[in-house]
Order: sequence, then C-alpha cells, then structure tokens
Amino acid sequence: MAIASLFLSVLVSQWALPSIRAQDTPNDGGKSITIRWQVPANLPVENLILERREKSGEVTVIASLPLGETGFTDEGVSDGKRYQYRLGAVSGADTVWSEMSGWVQSSPQFFNWARVNILIAMLVFFALVIYFIEHAKAGRHLFVRRIAGLDAVEEAVGRATEMGKPIVYVPGLGSVADIATIASLNILGEVAKKTAQYDSALLVPNRDPIVYTVAREVVKEAYAQAGRPDAFKADNIFFVTSEQFAYAAAVDGLMVREKPATNFFLGTFWAESLILAETGATTGAIQIAGTDSVFQLPFFITACDYTLIGEELYAASAYLSREPLLLGSLKGQDFGKLLIMVIVIVGSALLLLSKIPALSFFQSIISFFNVS
Amino acid sequence: MRRTIPLAICLGMGIIMMAQFFIPHPVSVAFYDLTTKWIRIVSAFALVLGVGSLILYHIERLQRKRPGWIYSIVTLTALLITAFIGLVWGVKPGSPLQEILFKNMLVPLNASMFAMLAFYMASAAYRAFRARTKEAALLLIAAFVVMLGMVPVGAAIWGKLPEVAEWVLSVPNMAAKRAILFGVALGAIATSLKVILGIERGWLGGGKG
Repeated sequence: MAIASLFLSVLVSQWALPSIRAQDTPNDGGKSITIRWQVPANLPVENLILERREKSGEVTVIASLPLGETGFTDEGVSDGKRYQYRLGAVSGADTVWSEMSGWVQSSPQFFNWARVNILIAMLVFFALVIYFIEHAKAGRHLFVRRIAGLDAVEEAVGRATEMGKPIVYVPGLGSVADIATIASLNILGEVAKKTAQYDSALLVPNRDPIVYTVAREVVKEAYAQAGRPDAFKADNIFFVTSEQFAYAAAVDGLMVREKPATNFFLGTFWAESLILAETGATTGAIQIAGTDSVFQLPFFITACDYTLIGEELYAASAYLSREPLLLGSLKGQDFGKLLIMVIVIVGSALLLLSKIPALSFFQSIISFFNVS
Repeated sequence: MRRTIPLAICLGMGIIMMAQFFIPHPVSVAFYDLTTKWIRIVSAFALVLGVGSLILYHIERLQRKRPGWIYSIVTLTALLITAFIGLVWGVKPGSPLQEILFKNMLVPLNASMFAMLAFYMASAAYRAFRARTKEAALLLIAAFVVMLGMVPVGAAIWGKLPEVAEWVLSVPNMAAKRAILFGVALGAIATSLKVILGIERGWLGGGKG
C-alpha cells in the first residue's frame, strides 16, 4: 500500500504544484466561483475530488469528478466570503492533494462583458435605423422594393366587398410579447382602415386575451380614423380559446361556415399553420399569410396565395401606411443586412486565413463575434 | 394624454429591459422576475375580458340564431361545466378537472386535431409537388432526394443518397434558413426600436400623439 501511495505521489507530483486556479465566475450575478486545473489524462487514479475551505477553517468536499474534467463551478458559495480550493486524486484508499488555491471571493457584476459585442451591434444598428428615419424626415425619397403579398391587400379587401363576404384576420397564436404579434397588430390597423373604407366585415378571432383587447382597440381606432366609427362592430373581434388546437378547430369552423372572401394569417404560428391554411384554401378564399417562423413558412407558401417571408412581416405596416418615418426604418434594416453580409464574408475569409500558423491571431478577431 | 402615458411607459420600460439584458446583478435579475410576474398578473385580468367576450359572442349568436348556433350551446355549456368543476373540486392533480376533463377529453381532442395534420400535409404536398414551374420541379426533385435519402431503401438504391440528402439539408436549405433568420432578427429589432421610440403606434390603435 505504501509503495502504491508513493507511486501515486510521484505520478501526480507533475501537476500537483500550482496547477489549480480559482476565480470569481465572470459576468454573473454572484454566488459562484469557477475552479480550473490541468491533470494528465493518463494518471492512474479513479476519480478527482474537489475540496473547499472557508476562512473559518471549515472544510467541505464539494464534488467528485471523473479524471477527464478540467473545471468546476461552485455555486454553493456566499458573496463576500473568502474560500480556498484544492483538488484530490483518489486511488483506492489513498488521496493525493494539490496545493491550496489562493483565497477567492465571489461578487455580482454590473455589466456582462461577454455581451459587449451584442451591445456594439445593437448600437450600430440603432444608429443606422435612426439615421434613415431622420433621412426620411428630411423628405428624401426612399426606394422600397415591391412586396406582392402586400400589394394584394387592397385587391383582397376589394374582392370581399364585391362578393359581400367577410374577411378573416388571424393575428397568430403568439402573445403580445412576441414581436411578430405586434407586427401583425400593426398590419391589422391598416387592413381595418381598408375594410372600413370598403365597408367589408372584418372578423378577428383571438387566442390570447391581451392580444384580443389590443386587437379590438386597434380595429376600433382604425374605423374612427377612416371616418366610419359607426361601422365598427365590437362583436367581430372576439376571444376564442387559449388552447392551440381548439383555436385551430374554431377558426376552421368559422371559415367553413362563413366562407370568407379573404383570409389573413399574420403573426406567430406553430403546428396549426397548415390546418388553418389548408382549410382556408378549400373554402376558395384568397389567402395572405406571413410569419417569422422558418418551420411554418413552407406550409404557408404551399397553401396560401401570398406569403410574407420573415422580415416582410415586419416591413408590412411601413409598406402599407407609406409613412416616411416607418419607411426610413426599413432602409436601416436593409443596411443592417448589408453589414451582416460583409461581416459574414470577411469572417469566413479570416477563418480560412487563421488556419495559416502565422495568421492564427485572426482567431481572436473571430471569437469577438461569438455570442454569449 | 391618452397616448402619451402609454408611450412614456413603453419608452421607459423598453430602455430598462434593454439595459437589464446586459446587467447580471441580482437586482437586475430580480427586476426581470418581477416584470415577468406582472405580465402574468395582467394576463389573468385580460382573461376575464376574454371570457366575457366569448360569452357575449355566443349569446349573440344564439339570440340571432346564426348558422351553427347549436355549437354555441355546446361552447357555453362546456365553459360553465368546466368552471363549476374547477371552482368546486379545484385544479390539483387527481381532481375531476385534471382526470376527466383534461386527461380524458382535452388531451385526446388535441391529439386528434394534431393527427389530422398528416392528412393536411398529404394534400399540401400534392399541391406543392405538381411540377408546373421550374421552381416547383426543383422543389419536387429536392424533396424526393431528401425523403429517399432518409429511409433505408434510399441507401440500398445508391449508397451516396443519404449523403446527398444530408448535403441538401445542411447546405442550401440551411443557408436559406439562416438568411431568413438574419432578416427576421433585424426586423424584430427594428420593430422593437420603433415601438419603444413611439414611431410605430399601431399597437395603440395608430394615430399621432
């Protein structure tokens, strides 16, 4: 036994010196210390144990880890208290300990430096959007490409008027916290203005109670702005249910019974997207859909006449209202995309070049763009 | 004034929540948790309005004997029975609401609706795969290769077919997906900024100040 212990001691003596390092976990809310070490993977030990010592002298084994581990985050500490750590290599009844780490204490941080790249990107993008909004305010012309799905809105509302049938507007199944739902409510206002002008019935079934209350106010206000407050029918904007498939069944039933001339499916959708769009297609309605979910887009593209793909949903209210301030932000988005394209191309080139040993420092530039 | 106060709240909360994303301090995290709780409380109040709307909508349908009014009786009866059972026996696991209404009625009904998706998918696939245009023909070929590459018979026909299918999914398909996601992310940020700055007021019913 003594020989085995001596053998173990000799083996671990290579790493047992100053190899354990403990530090306050960076960019966190405190109560956490990160411990790192380097241990050769071929040591003849069964496992590693990590021990914590408090200033009062109290010692606790906080973890038992396999040999391959090189780090541990201790989340059982208190802020402001000082701790030391040491690592033990266990072989049978013997344990050989590393040296104690230096004293360390945890504390909460006020800024997450790992997210500084996101902050910079956000500020650059905000600056672009605000610049183009100011540009638009100055009255300069801004070119916006045609979006077929939005050009068809006028036609779709006109069709409903001619046929004397209602329009069904589904603002998605998301909550009001989803940006796609907010975009949908913005479009609802523009569609409601047109239905008020054309004197068509607009039915808005809702899945979320908050979205329902907001949708009702949006439509009411749109009718007032169109000079037709008398044509607003509060009963046409209604809450159905919070259950996903029960909602889909209710909207399917509505479409089959009412045979609407036009269906709008704009907002957040999940698995029910195809159930809604296929049922709408069988009723012969013109269908305009839009979502930011890449998984539901193929279903809408297949079953609907027009589909707003991703960002087009967010561009819709600006496109329909033609308000210069809103159009300005669209230009900002376009330049944001241009910037991303440049970063992707340059980043790919740097990644390739970083494989050359002399240019490996490019890796640090690329790592700046990692999101934490 | 009717719009100024909501716009001011939106601006203030928008800036605070943006800053919160960058601050890991417990005070910041506690504020985020508090805000999330408030959202749930406001949602609960809004649900009362939602249920009120549901009742009024169906009563109106019954009064006017609109087409399918019989289903309104089913809806209102189900609403009353569910509320009654929930209020009398509670909503805990093992209660009649959980055992009878949820497990034996709602779950199978939801599963049935979800299962119907397969039939909708078949009819949508039939429509999408009619090779009327070059794009539709390309879609048909790509779908055929991917579907065949995902099943054992594909590998039996040609050993490289699973690799081709994987390439279609992970290169052209993934590139298109990521391009859409870039646009979505920028669109969402721009919309958020417009809402926070009060440029986009559609959610307030539109209008100026």
